[in-house]
Amino acid sequence: MITGATFWIATAIKVFAIVFGLVNLGALLLWVERRQSAMIQDRMGPNRASIKLFGKEFRVAGLLHSAADGVKMLWKEDFVPPGADKLLYQLAPVISLVPPLTLFAVIPFGPSIYPDNLRRVFGSEGWNAAASYIPLHISMADSGILVVFAMASSGVLGAALAGSSSDNKFSLLGGLRAASQMVSYEVTMGLSLVGSFMVYQTVRLEQMIQWQVDHAWGIFVQPLAFLLFFTAAVAETKRVPFDAPEGESEIVAGYFTEYQPMKMGMFALGELVEVMTSSALITTIFLGGWQFPFLKLDGFHFELFGIAKPIYMSHLAVVIISAITFIVKVALLVLLQMQIRWTLPRFRYDQIMKLGWRILLPASLINIMLTGIVLLFVNAR
Amino acid sequence: MAAGTIVIKKPRRTAADQSFVVEIVKGLGVTFKHFFKGLNQMRPGGVRPDVTKFNYEEGIATLQYPEEKKPYARRFRGVHRLTLRPNGDVRCTACLMCSTACPAQCIWIKPAEYPVGHASRGHERFPEEFVIDELRCIFCGYCVEACPVDAIRMDTGIHMTALDDRGSFIFDKKKLMSHVSQDGDQLTANSRPEPGDAEHSGITRLKGH
Repeated sequence: MITGATFWIATAIKVFAIVFGLVNLGALLLWVERRQSAMIQDRMGPNRASIKLFGKEFRVAGLLHSAADGVKMLWKEDFVPPGADKLLYQLAPVISLVPPLTLFAVIPFGPSIYPDNLRRVFGSEGWNAAASYIPLHISMADSGILVVFAMASSGVLGAALAGSSSDNKFSLLGGLRAASQMVSYEVTMGLSLVGSFMVYQTVRLEQMIQWQVDHAWGIFVQPLAFLLFFTAAVAETKRVPFDAPEGESEIVAGYFTEYQPMKMGMFALGELVEVMTSSALITTIFLGGWQFPFLKLDGFHFELFGIAKPIYMSHLAVVIISAITFIVKVALLVLLQMQIRWTLPRFRYDQIMKLGWRILLPASLINIMLTGIVLLFVNAR
Repeated sequence: MAAGTIVIKKPRRTAADQSFVVEIVKGLGVTFKHFFKGLNQMRPGGVRPDVTKFNYEEGIATLQYPEEKKPYARRFRGVHRLTLRPNGDVRCTACLMCSTACPAQCIWIKPAEYPVGHASRGHERFPEEFVIDELRCIFCGYCVEACPVDAIRMDTGIHMTALDDRGSFIFDKKKLMSHVSQDGDQLTANSRPEPGDAEHSGITRLKGH
């Protein structure tokens, strides 16, 4: 691993890329969501916002609506309800936006880069084994996924504080709902991954990916856990069908009823960033992370029907393909989450609780037991 | 159980329904079908159903309003027009039937006699001024019903749009005469021999008979 000044420079670049990328992709997702929902409902979607350049009108497929929204939000009056707790009211949007961004610190978005060996094939002759490497994730914390859980659960605070500090009964109800729902699904989220920990024998995400590269993707090893974790992750994002905290037919806009301009935008952005981080997490734990099928660190290894045909590639090419693979996997999962959001109706509040405590929690416990039994037999062999 | 009673079994929820997973996948299938169909129609060069026609083809159903418009029905009551005689004069005889029938009292006519020596003098009058306040008009069509000579019509197909000030909603005779029907027609359908024509009876109000 690299040390010294290069380490800090590399880390700064990674942090900037991830924060800048996620926040901007959030605006892009707003567009994706609008246009995708339009396509699903046989509509055209927003496509009118235009910019005039050199006397010509450019509409850019409605992308500018996100920009227009941003401008609008920035210029609107920033109103604080008179009865609100000023500090907590201002703090809540920040608390709901920062955790999903922070969560990305431990998620690897590519294999480690060896800057000295970019043009060489991994492990071949001339490979400088002693060279320092840059891991493509920000934090090398040993706690790994535990950081993710800690950050994800602190996301509850944002919604709960927003609800309690805005001096509005609808907000309070929304905040309460959000808090209870997120705490409930946090349990399933953690327990459904215990089986994966048992299989991978680690909580560090880059080691999980390495296990999946060497053996098989998590979704084939832990299919039930994938389903449970996916459901819990969707519930964590507080989006349809789990959007009872902001159920507009009952409690106006839930916990952010009293928020108008950019603060409301921060809640919305936090939600979209959460969609991306949860997709990245699922990709990392269950879909092999940055691994392209059959791609090892030194190139492609097709081992089907007893025929082994390795195609060796330079380290740089492998890293680029891997990073793109990661992005594509995350994008597909985000698209799936959006599709689910526009397919299913909202669950009733008691149905959400029932699903969480009576179905998902026992199922995740059963998954742990089954995994343990299977591992016992596999290891005894 | 009485004879002839039909017993309908209440559909039970199956395991597939209960577990959500199968049904959710089915639902996703439906939305994905619409999504890809819409995406295919919206791509550059994609063909979407012609929404300006009254058809029910599947696909993107958005009408891009100012650029795309559904044509109004033939009987749509639009902005009024005053029909013309073959020689370009107004067909109206200033009988005041339309302004009498008008429930909104938006028509104001100033009748006048044709000047001395005019072929129509004594035979009929003409409107020196014919004003319709389109803001007061309720587009009921009673004026068209009332007109005995097919001089006023509402078949222009013009949807009354918002104008800058109230004054521009007051349409005078010249403006009303300039309107054309949906077919581009300006002439009256009720053309008859004009005074002076060979077919004309020659009876006038002034001579008496």
